Amino acid sequence: MATTMTQTETFVGKRVRRREDPRLITGTATYVEDIQMPGMHYAVIVRSPHAAARIRSIKTKQAEAAPGVVAVYTGKDTERVGPVPCGASLPGLRVPHHHVLATDRVYFVGHPVAVVVATDRYLARDAADLVEVDYDVLPAVADPEKALAKGAPAVHPEWPDNTAFTFHQEGGDVDKAFAEADLVVKQRMTSQRLIPMALETRGVVAEWRGADRQLNLYTSTQIPHLVRTLVAQMLSLEENRMRVVTPEVGGGFGSKLNVYAEEALMGFVAMKINKPVKWIESRRENFLCTIHGRGHVDYYEVAAKRDGTILGIKLKIIQDLGAYHQLLTPAIPTLSVLMMPGLYKTKNVRADIVGVFTNCMPTDAYRGAGRPEATHGIERMVDLLADELKMDPAEIRLKNFVGKDEFPYATATGLMYDSGDYAAPLKKALEIVGYQKLRQEQIEARKQGKWMGIGISTYGEICAIGPSPATPAGGWESATVKIEPSGKVTVMTGACPHGQGEETTFAQITADELGVGLDDVLVIRGDTAIVQYGIGTFGSRATAIGGTALYFALQDLKAKIKKFGAMLLESEDVTFSAGQVTCNRTGKSKSLQEIAGASYRALKLPPETEPGLLATRFWEPPNFTFPFGAHIVVSDIDGETGQIKIRRYVAVDDCGNMINPLLVDGQVHGGVAQGLGQALWEQVVYDDNGQLVTGELMDYAVPRAHMMPWIENDHTTTPSPVNPLGVKGVGEAGTIGCSPAVVNSVVDALSPLGVRHIDMPLTPEKIWKLIAGGN
Amino acid sequence: MKIRVTINGKSYSHDVEPRLLLIHYLREVVGLTGSHVGCETSLCGACTVELNGKAVKSCTMFAVQADGASVVTVEGLATDGKLHPVQEAFWNEHGLQCGFCTPGMIMASKQILDRTPKPTEEEIRHGLEGNVCRCTGYQHIVNAVKAAAAGAGK
Ligand code: FES
Ligand code: FES
Repeated sequence: MATTMTQTETFVGKRVRRREDPRLITGTATYVEDIQMPGMHYAVIVRSPHAAARIRSIKTKQAEAAPGVVAVYTGKDTERVGPVPCGASLPGLRVPHHHVLATDRVYFVGHPVAVVVATDRYLARDAADLVEVDYDVLPAVADPEKALAKGAPAVHPEWPDNTAFTFHQEGGDVDKAFAEADLVVKQRMTSQRLIPMALETRGVVAEWRGADRQLNLYTSTQIPHLVRTLVAQMLSLEENRMRVVTPEVGGGFGSKLNVYAEEALMGFVAMKINKPVKWIESRRENFLCTIHGRGHVDYYEVAAKRDGTILGIKLKIIQDLGAYHQLLTPAIPTLSVLMMPGLYKTKNVRADIVGVFTNCMPTDAYRGAGRPEATHGIERMVDLLADELKMDPAEIRLKNFVGKDEFPYATATGLMYDSGDYAAPLKKALEIVGYQKLRQEQIEARKQGKWMGIGISTYGEICAIGPSPATPAGGWESATVKIEPSGKVTVMTGACPHGQGEETTFAQITADELGVGLDDVLVIRGDTAIVQYGIGTFGSRATAIGGTALYFALQDLKAKIKKFGAMLLESEDVTFSAGQVTCNRTGKSKSLQEIAGASYRALKLPPETEPGLLATRFWEPPNFTFPFGAHIVVSDIDGETGQIKIRRYVAVDDCGNMINPLLVDGQVHGGVAQGLGQALWEQVVYDDNGQLVTGELMDYAVPRAHMMPWIENDHTTTPSPVNPLGVKGVGEAGTIGCSPAVVNSVVDALSPLGVRHIDMPLTPEKIWKLIAGGN
Repeated sequence: MKIRVTINGKSYSHDVEPRLLLIHYLREVVGLTGSHVGCETSLCGACTVELNGKAVKSCTMFAVQADGASVVTVEGLATDGKLHPVQEAFWNEHGLQCGFCTPGMIMASKQILDRTPKPTEEEIRHGLEGNVCRCTGYQHIVNAVKAAAAGAGK
């Protein structure tokens, strides 16, 4: 048996390669689709080809008679399954009843109508084509502004105005600010619908053990415990009779921070047929029926003084919700409101949201969730203001930043920014990129008729989501640490990493606290039968909240280890470090391994101390954390083709202390790629009838290796006072910081033509037209 | 139809339906689940395997088309418990996050290096065009391929 190494080497802050990788690089990891069970059945879902229609009839006879088919279920069969839940609540929110299978109407293309179950996946697919649905097609509306117009088709007949909610928030004295302003800049801008596109589509395996009344649900999710609570409710099953296992998850980006119809539906099917059943979403279904992100139309007004001081901000958001609410759909734009002042000092803000139903897939949390939209908005507006005032975009930002001695800083939207030095990353980024020189070069380039632009974005974000009062399901996170009798350490986290690498970073934290080696620590996640209740991984929360829960559990254990050590050494005066309890008088010591063994053998116990070494903590954070940073983009545009070439991409992020800078860099790169995707290429297009035009990877352009610029990334470090690790979170930073830097850069390049704003994505066609039209 | 295929050096023979895709054959009949399905339309590269020394997308081939061929999947790269240099480089350079694209990426990267032992960054990026990664932004993957190339030269 390998012994637990006691050691003085520390791991936090180092670029440690990941402990989860061996199984992933050898092809031996288990994703949902890899699960095989004896007697496995396969489900294929029949979906609506229409965006709005009444269902006249569904004929399933032929499908039922097809080879291999064991059952076909429709909305009639699943009427007793509870609705797909919406966890968000807003005053006056209209919540349509969201059945797992359509009953009498369908509301978007892809709406599930029936499920075919067969002994073989090919046979199930064949039979799905034999289900005959007779539709009475109705007019549809796919554009949120059109949906608000008089006479628009009603998505839900009971609410002819297509308005799910309105929301108003105000801080300071906006009218006064605008009355006193020297100038007001206004702009309409959109943050288009996007497809999260985790490379692994969704998938579910459900297994019903009737004799035990036990439902095992394997699902690709970011929130296994919440899925258990909510799906058990939908199926009227006792929560403790359901086990949710999240095996390897192939990316989420918010799209798996949800509870989907198919999760309950597969539970329903398994309970009916008494056999395990597997459903794997096709990529086309993934585009149609997994949540989309963004979908904003924003109307901004910013009031300012002639010296560049921002006095106030007005914002109207038209949020395209889609046909239903998924778990957090209506809450997402409220995050945009919270973030609307960005890093700037203004205390006067007014925001209004209209949440609009459309005959489209619901929108919900996609990487950044409301914060990229807000950051894009304010960062574009600041540039417009600078342009109007002929100020340098860096200078106007430096002028309006919350000062580094003003923290904690209460914002106009009710947040308390924890810590920051907003000028630091901007100054660093300006230096890295060589800003002054580039501006000189730009003057020359313009003389030669070249289109060169420099764009800045300075972003802030709300991370470590979040204190419980700010979240629909509890904003804490949990951790259990067990030191086994051999001294090996097992960590169980309530977070649910799916690429972020907490099997490594949590081992780093644990190894340092206990003075053991990384190999002595095992991190377990994603199984409700093993791990104590947890909230999950989203909103850049796992390390800041889950890591802190772990930290406190480790402190509890350290205290207990010391007690056992003191007992064994027969001394009161001991210290615990480097995996040893040492008597300060004699210098004698006991290893963690010896102490762990003694704690379980329990021949003797310290006073008022139980045997064993186990601690569980549920940590409730007192506040969010607020990371920030600056991204600068230098672009060159080909006037002939409208192609944008990103010459330089500099990202300086401040996410507080870093547990593993290698993984932080990876998060920034991936985040930037998704931000660039939005800025330059990606966009969901529904036609007027609600047909998804961008229904395949062929029509929806995600970034590929040759499309990405080299990202020069660096950091400043401002620890968060919110948690003892001083970490803030970094999962969404790249995405949030990116898109305004890109658009600001391109608008800057084209500003000699009088271009003030361009909506994303910045396709060559759009750019070419601007240049051709302007010349 | 009866087919004989050599996979990772082992020979298999199976009776398969003519319409069975190679990726499903590998994953479900042979039980090698390392290669993944990300799109089924030859656009993502998650299913990339080597067929007679050439990287192919196994979602766009039928199993019967592999009759008589020699296939290498990600599971066949490590020898005697020793990782292939490309696998090792992906690990060292943090060339993966969720890992779903990784088997395909590793096979595509191996192909790049088989053809161009000392690729430029542009050649690497170009060689990876057919493979989508939604997590990493590709930079650490590019680093991994560079590192594998440098390591192989030592
Ligand atoms: S699954 Fe074969 S290329 Fe995507
Ligand atoms: S690592 Fe997740 S898709 Fe590449």
